[in-house]
Amino acid sequence: MIRDITIGQYYPADSVIHRLDPRTKLVGTLVYLISLFVFRSFAAYIVATIFLAGVITASKVPFKFMIKGLKAVFILLMITVVFNLFLTPGTPLFKIWKLTVTHEGVVQAVFMAIRLTYLIIGASVMTLTTTPNQLTDGMEKGLRPLNRIHVPVHEVAMMMSIALRFIPILLEETDKIMKAQMARGADFETGGLLKKAKSMVPLLVPLFISAFRRANDLAMAMEARGYHGGEGRTKMKPLRYQRRDHMAYLIMLIYLVAMYLAKRLAGF
Amino acid sequence: MMSIKIEHLDYVYSQGTAYEKKALNNINLEIPDGQFVGIIGHTGSGKSTLVQHLNGLMKATDGTIYFNGENIYAQGYSMKELRSKVGLVFQYPEYQLFEIDVFTDVCFGPKNLGLPIEEVEKRATEALRQVGLKEKYYKKSPFELSGGQKRRVAIAGILAMQPEVLILDEPTAGLDPKGRDDILDQIAELQKQRNITVVLVSHSMEDIAKYVDRIIVMEKGKVRFDDAPKKVFEHYKELECIGLAAPQVTYVMQELKNRGMNVDTHATTIEEAVASIMSYEEGRGRK
Amino acid sequence: MMGIIKAKKLVHDYEKIGEDGQVEAVYRAVNGVDLDVKPGQFIAILGHNGSGKSTLAKHLNAILLPTEGTVWVDGMDTRDEEKLSRIRQTAGMVFQNPDNQIIATVVDEDVAFGPENMGIPTEEIVSRVEESLKTVGMWEYRDKSPNRLSGGQKQRVAIAGVVAMEPKCIVLDEPTAMLDPVGRREVIKAAQKLNREKGVTIVLITHYMEEVIEADHVIVMDQGKILMQGTPKEVFSQVDILKEHRLDVPQVTMLAHELKKKGLALPEGILTVRELADALEGLKK
Repeated sequence: MIRDITIGQYYPADSVIHRLDPRTKLVGTLVYLISLFVFRSFAAYIVATIFLAGVITASKVPFKFMIKGLKAVFILLMITVVFNLFLTPGTPLFKIWKLTVTHEGVVQAVFMAIRLTYLIIGASVMTLTTTPNQLTDGMEKGLRPLNRIHVPVHEVAMMMSIALRFIPILLEETDKIMKAQMARGADFETGGLLKKAKSMVPLLVPLFISAFRRANDLAMAMEARGYHGGEGRTKMKPLRYQRRDHMAYLIMLIYLVAMYLAKRLAGF
Repeated sequence: MMSIKIEHLDYVYSQGTAYEKKALNNINLEIPDGQFVGIIGHTGSGKSTLVQHLNGLMKATDGTIYFNGENIYAQGYSMKELRSKVGLVFQYPEYQLFEIDVFTDVCFGPKNLGLPIEEVEKRATEALRQVGLKEKYYKKSPFELSGGQKRRVAIAGILAMQPEVLILDEPTAGLDPKGRDDILDQIAELQKQRNITVVLVSHSMEDIAKYVDRIIVMEKGKVRFDDAPKKVFEHYKELECIGLAAPQVTYVMQELKNRGMNVDTHATTIEEAVASIMSYEEGRGRK
Repeated sequence: MMGIIKAKKLVHDYEKIGEDGQVEAVYRAVNGVDLDVKPGQFIAILGHNGSGKSTLAKHLNAILLPTEGTVWVDGMDTRDEEKLSRIRQTAGMVFQNPDNQIIATVVDEDVAFGPENMGIPTEEIVSRVEESLKTVGMWEYRDKSPNRLSGGQKQRVAIAGVVAMEPKCIVLDEPTAMLDPVGRREVIKAAQKLNREKGVTIVLITHYMEEVIEADHVIVMDQGKILMQGTPKEVFSQVDILKEHRLDVPQVTMLAHELKKKGLALPEGILTVRELADALEGLKK
């Protein structure tokens, strides 16, 4: 069923990573991603591997779920690797047909592959251990300082969480309308581009109408429950940093220092 | 011989994932030509899943469906042709309307069949007449109509394809009593007039008891009862256990019987109940 | 004593705006309705689609404002903008489509939405959410996604969301129209429980007759006006008028009515199987 497709693929488990404040996880993921680009050396990547392995173990999410995210971007990954392999100038190693593979190219391709793989696994760890709602909450609170420069942080967060709620519903609706039109002999598969585009009309018109109707109903329901923007709202689950979050920040700091040292001190 | 025959049909949702669920479990049914059938079950019983198999919109995980003796899963069998012969009206069908006016929307189905324009328009006019929509609405936008009218237009959209089998998935959901009776009466009339097979999916016994020849009760992906309405209602206690109820009249007759009055517990409509109670009362009066 | 909800000569017009921005047509949905709901009552409003019942409902917590006439909620005129948030806290509202009124992606967070808007302190929100979810029997589902619930369950979550705002009155606008019989029963039971155990005033709008037989007062609407009103017994004893307007009558009531026509001496307004059986048994003597 389409409803089973959740955005972000949250994996429910009871682990220390799951319980971390979403802000900690957001910052942690960001720090990790940046560190992969800043400290570009094999020694540093060994530290990054150990760190990632540690976090994955602590998260209690089976490793195969992490790989899932990788499958989706595998082609992209391969293209990047191939491009780097053949298009980096430097000392030639060997030639295939008209393409030259250089020493620098191999190094660059390997770095790129590791970097992208870790990047995606790192992001997956966050989305697998954090519900979409916690993520929006984390962003809303974490980005609150932006309110001062008139960025509507609360509104954006509210929009995101409503989107999270309605995307599965609209996906299911799309499926239903598609089937209903197929029952009337509509054909969504064959034909050229123009014919295909035209065949989307019977799908898109009802879908838009339904989305507007839902939006209208929802606005009314929100108003009836006293919604008047972010001003003066309280929270049932307010975000508060716990001891484990402070610990996590400390570990992040140690990790960064280790990365720095690995790059500076090790000779590779 | 036109008919639908279902053999050992299974359907599994989201196979191989954590949400795997057997929605249909070994369904065996035969629906002969011209029958008026009701499929009843509450939400999640598999009734909607079952009917979507009948026109090939869902493909069974296991088992076979024969339409007019031909296996619809055989290679080269045209699903498009099947869908023109087995018309399926979805739940809340008014949400699939999209055209600029009512008439054009009803034309969508027959147009997809590749019929000449005169034939398309002839069928659309006929279908709109069959659902009892007045001509003054033909050129209106479907979105300007009332809920009940929109639903008629949507049903006409399927009728215009002139299917041999008409399946309606909860055609009365969300309608008020007036709209509900109108639509059901019209479907019954149509069934008689054109002698087509009609499959009515519903969760309300009371609504369909007086129309159908046969009731199929579904529960958890299986056929629980399959018989004439009166026979099915005999199991009113079991029906209650699975979240369905027999018509209230059944309860009245059972209660009277329990209190020692000799009335006919098979009565399911008000007319039958009145007749039975009156003859009991008269019989008592003569004594 | 002033009723919790009171309407006087309420009129509501919908305007159809043409393409040139001018009013093309006016449709009068509610036409001179008087209403007086006493605290703690269970009121049912019946009628066809288009009878004006849903429009009336939307006036009861100031989603719509009167074209003519006045509506008071706990003594507050709904036109008074300064009292808007207090009006909405006094009269909560549950809508027809269960999917389109749940805002959050987790059940308990949705129930917390109303209290959060009201600025209630965290600890109190937590206790209110727990209590209201327990009242509607959805506490075990507190950490589930609404998408995985049945229609009846979603509607109970929506009710809990309103209950958590602790309103004196809850208006349910056709809460069962899109549900199956099991879901319908769940929702009606939840509403009855709130009324009996917490003394919340309930205004139930529906077109299912069997849902109103336990109400204190039934109002039947037709073409924007009140067609008739009274106790369920009083209303259902007028089977002919109801039939004439093509409104449903419970099968038992209909059966009793037909038997009476055939000459059996049965009382008017029989609403349950038991009442009919008792009455028929009584004939023996």
